[in-house]
Amino acid sequence: MATMTSGISRPGISAAEFMKPDWLTAEHETGTSIIAVEFDGGVVIGADSRTTTGSYIANRVTDKLTKVTDYIYCCRSGSAADTQAVADIVNYHLSFYKMEMNDEPTVKTAANVFRELCYNYRDSLSAGIIVAGWDKHNGGQVYAIPLGGMISRQPFTTGGSGSTYIYGYVDSNFKTGMTKEECLKFTGEALALAMARDGSSGGIIRLATVTKEGVERYTITGNDIPKFYEG
Amino acid sequence: MAAVAIPTATDLQIGGFNFENCRRNVVLKEKGLKEPTAYKTGTTIVGLIYKDGVVLAADTRATEDTVVADKNCEKIHYISSNIYCCGAGTAADTEMTTQMISSQLELHRLNTDRKPRVCTANRLLKQMLFRYHGYISAALVLGGVDSTGPHLYSVYPHGSTDKLPYVTMGSGSLAAMSVFEDGFKPDMEKQEAMQLARNAIVAGIFNDLGSGSNVDVCVITKDKTEYLRTFDEANLKGQRQGNYRYKRGTTGVLKTQVKKFDYEVVGTKVKGEEKMETA
Repeated sequence: MATMTSGISRPGISAAEFMKPDWLTAEHETGTSIIAVEFDGGVVIGADSRTTTGSYIANRVTDKLTKVTDYIYCCRSGSAADTQAVADIVNYHLSFYKMEMNDEPTVKTAANVFRELCYNYRDSLSAGIIVAGWDKHNGGQVYAIPLGGMISRQPFTTGGSGSTYIYGYVDSNFKTGMTKEECLKFTGEALALAMARDGSSGGIIRLATVTKEGVERYTITGNDIPKFYEG
Repeated sequence: MAAVAIPTATDLQIGGFNFENCRRNVVLKEKGLKEPTAYKTGTTIVGLIYKDGVVLAADTRATEDTVVADKNCEKIHYISSNIYCCGAGTAADTEMTTQMISSQLELHRLNTDRKPRVCTANRLLKQMLFRYHGYISAALVLGGVDSTGPHLYSVYPHGSTDKLPYVTMGSGSLAAMSVFEDGFKPDMEKQEAMQLARNAIVAGIFNDLGSGSNVDVCVITKDKTEYLRTFDEANLKGQRQGNYRYKRGTTGVLKTQVKKFDYEVVGTKVKGEEKMETA
């Protein structure tokens, strides 16, 4: 790449512009692969672990599965700053709700608090969020809240830049009534495929199950990541 | 006119950020003039967690466009006795942001009578930076030890944060991260950790145009904080080997001429001996 002549006098680019690191201008994005699946008694959620600023990986072990309450988690995609802020605000609201009502909020309630924020601030936020969790009324539930602030409950959903590569895989391999173990295999393989094709997804695979018993976390690293055709 | 002097807006001491130059800059731009550039710290800053605490390190070069504006500036800022913060980005922004958070945490400490926690500082920083949509150019490495152990965060101008065992920031962050990725081990000894942090900064100093001069280090443990200003001078100036001054008489004197000029004495005054100050 760069020639040895000092970048200082490259025509058209002032030295300051040349030296300017892109984290000053570029927003911190989680070009992501996220996924959530409902099963009888809970949900399985999963995400890759890459956070990028331009072409630089700012964090290779990011945790995009963010806790909202003990039984409700969210998968974050889009701007890291925006999604962290939104998740923190929802966490605040639901903690308050829990104290006032003396009961765990339902997943639907949580998802609608997310939706309220994502819809009202749709012009200034870039946040694609999946809300998933368990409650005693409706069991495991998955809600997708894409960019414009729509909300929809789905048996499973994918999100982030990596999701476009795996629609074929998830549509052909998803079966209703899968067990927890089958769901874990399904999400792990879907993420591995997304991470292999999408440049802004990668790192390790983070999985979690949310059930009546609470959350159980899994990480898949290095050689344990499922392998498919690699040419 | 009012009988009582009413303080005008300019008399009042207002803390925090001052935006009065924004309008001036817009006018300058409209007239086709160059907007004054802010003082940027093209920087290398790092932090890592070791066996019993946190090591923070920074270079000491401050730049203004291509000019090195300060060869020995301080980039490790005080937050509280057990928390420090390295800053990259616009020098004024990192300085003001850390001061404001430091002040809020001190009040919090006084109110609660507890040592401030690193996650509190992190939350205050990220919420403030998020409010300003990334217009406050402060990229920070926040580290400290509290009742729950050592913690290290990187905070970005838009308000996102990462909690990691080792982090780098600034224009030299790529060079520094390559050193960390090669040499980091969990639970290192103090000397080993300090050396690794130094090496990461030195990589930035030598390979990044925006970083330079010395290495500052700050080591925070459970009951002690050491701020080691100029921990290392990466670029020691070489000793001059000989005397390169011209000897007296190297230039031959061809001719000498002394010219006298007339002047009038306007007045003279004899000064008395000045008394010694004894008060």
